[in-house]
Amino acid sequence: MKKTNTFKKALIYIIIGLLSITFILPFIWMLRSSLMELQQIFIMPPQWIPNPVKLENYIHALTIVPFALYFKNTMIILILGMVGTLITSTLSAYSFARLRWKGRDFWFKVILTSMMLPGAVTLIPQFLGWNALGMVGSFVPLIVPAFFGGGAFNIFLLRQFYMSIPLELDEAAIVDGASFFRIYTSIILPLSRSAIIVIAIFSFMFYWNDFMGPLIYLTDESKYTLAIGLQMFQGAYNTRWEELMAASTSIILPCVLIFIIGQKYFLEGITMSGLKG
Amino acid sequence: MSGLSGDVISGKQTIRNKKVKSNEQFFGILFALPAILGFLIFVLGPMIASLIYSFTDYSLFNKPTFIGLQNYKDFFSGTDPFFYKSLLVTFYYVLLNVPATIIFSFFIALLLNNEIKGRPLFRAIFYLPSIVPAVASAMIWMWLLNPDLGLVNNILSALHLPTSQWLFAEKSVIPSVVLTGLWTTGGTMVIFLAGLSGIPTVYYEAVEIDGGNSFHKFFNVTLPMVSPTIFFNTIMAIISSFQVFTQAYILTQGGPNNASLFYVFLLWREGFKNTRMGYASALAWILFIIILLLTMLTFRSSNSLVYYEGERKNS
Repeated sequence: MKKTNTFKKALIYIIIGLLSITFILPFIWMLRSSLMELQQIFIMPPQWIPNPVKLENYIHALTIVPFALYFKNTMIILILGMVGTLITSTLSAYSFARLRWKGRDFWFKVILTSMMLPGAVTLIPQFLGWNALGMVGSFVPLIVPAFFGGGAFNIFLLRQFYMSIPLELDEAAIVDGASFFRIYTSIILPLSRSAIIVIAIFSFMFYWNDFMGPLIYLTDESKYTLAIGLQMFQGAYNTRWEELMAASTSIILPCVLIFIIGQKYFLEGITMSGLKG
Repeated sequence: MSGLSGDVISGKQTIRNKKVKSNEQFFGILFALPAILGFLIFVLGPMIASLIYSFTDYSLFNKPTFIGLQNYKDFFSGTDPFFYKSLLVTFYYVLLNVPATIIFSFFIALLLNNEIKGRPLFRAIFYLPSIVPAVASAMIWMWLLNPDLGLVNNILSALHLPTSQWLFAEKSVIPSVVLTGLWTTGGTMVIFLAGLSGIPTVYYEAVEIDGGNSFHKFFNVTLPMVSPTIFFNTIMAIISSFQVFTQAYILTQGGPNNASLFYVFLLWREGFKNTRMGYASALAWILFIIILLLTMLTFRSSNSLVYYEGERKNS
């Protein structure tokens, strides 16, 4: 019995080890390609450690296409989008979780169902609407929706979290004469810090990675985001693999850093979304 | 006397409660208003609009003209050769991608659910690729799967295994896209892991006492207990697989020879490249109905396949 157990354990470690290496390999391959000379990266059997280390690839890749401008554009959309998401999703979730009003459950169900809706169905009319308002080509269509609830998924996640806060706190505050807005700002928000960080991280990832939105709405090259810029770069320099990998590494790096810092919140958020009540 | 004062107090309280209640009604709606308006403006309105547009010929520069069911007729009569092709491609992709994603991520979650050292580290490793921007992960895989210079073919040929054209051959392009997607299934894996760790160990102990082995444990405890999680992940995988776009746009542009003409890519091409807004709206509605039907079908089949704890069945 004991023997089979150690055998089983060893087998598990071997499989996990091999799979982990396979999962990390693309990152390592990207990183080493980004630091090499173009001729070197093709040599087989592959050279794993770059020699010499060519940091110039990064400088070249990030300046040949105006990535600094794309970074600025991305940050404008990202910051405003995050502000809208955080304000309206917390406020709506507070109302759905803790205030009693007629029609509440109906609206919550409706909004929840919209989560399952394929985004492609609303794509064309949304575009036509923004086009009619003369907003296509600006950041507005990418930012404004965030101020309208900040996404059904986030509202759902926050509502779950708010419902775990004892209701007595609100009741006590009402007896003391606090307004509902006051309860939201001084009880609910401070007590749901971790859930808010989860939302902040997810919405950061969303805006940083979003491709289809900017592709459709941003027509002028000076308005491009990083994701679109990287794709343009690939289209124009599709054989400069070393620089392409340098640009890719640069775009991935902030995500990896946020993941390392906020790992706990990532896992929490995903788990909350999967194990719904 | 004491009874009277009691009545007065409770009377005061009802008035106050009433005031709080109407207040609550007002602020409840006010705070939820962004979300409600968001639903009406960005979901319901556009849905109705796209249904209406789907009966028109609308090229963005002209006014829409009503053409009845012509767009739909064009699909089903095969006038548009791309419609059936993209349906076929997308169904093939979904059929391959959903089971592959579910089985693969469940398998990793099962491995990580054992008592092993360094579990948080491994979990982080398997999750990490899923945070990579889709554009960047597409770049990495284009480089890895490059038929002549890529690492994957070089490793295969060094091991004297057959190489592949991957994204550049009609036959291998869809499986290649599925393969690149497996790298980013970390989210699904984490949800499985949470489901697995929620299974009480008593159940396993009970199987052991009855003389059961690992197979019994897996099929009689693990599988039924995580079936709601499998169900949830399957629905989510179906919905997202039908809408794959970014990978298609960057990796293949629908090629070679339309072998990866994913449905939403076709929709984007018709709507934003050919500016056939009515036509693209009709495409969108067909996608909506397909996803709706499949989701309902999955929900129905779940009644017999998914085990919910605390649920009692008449049988």
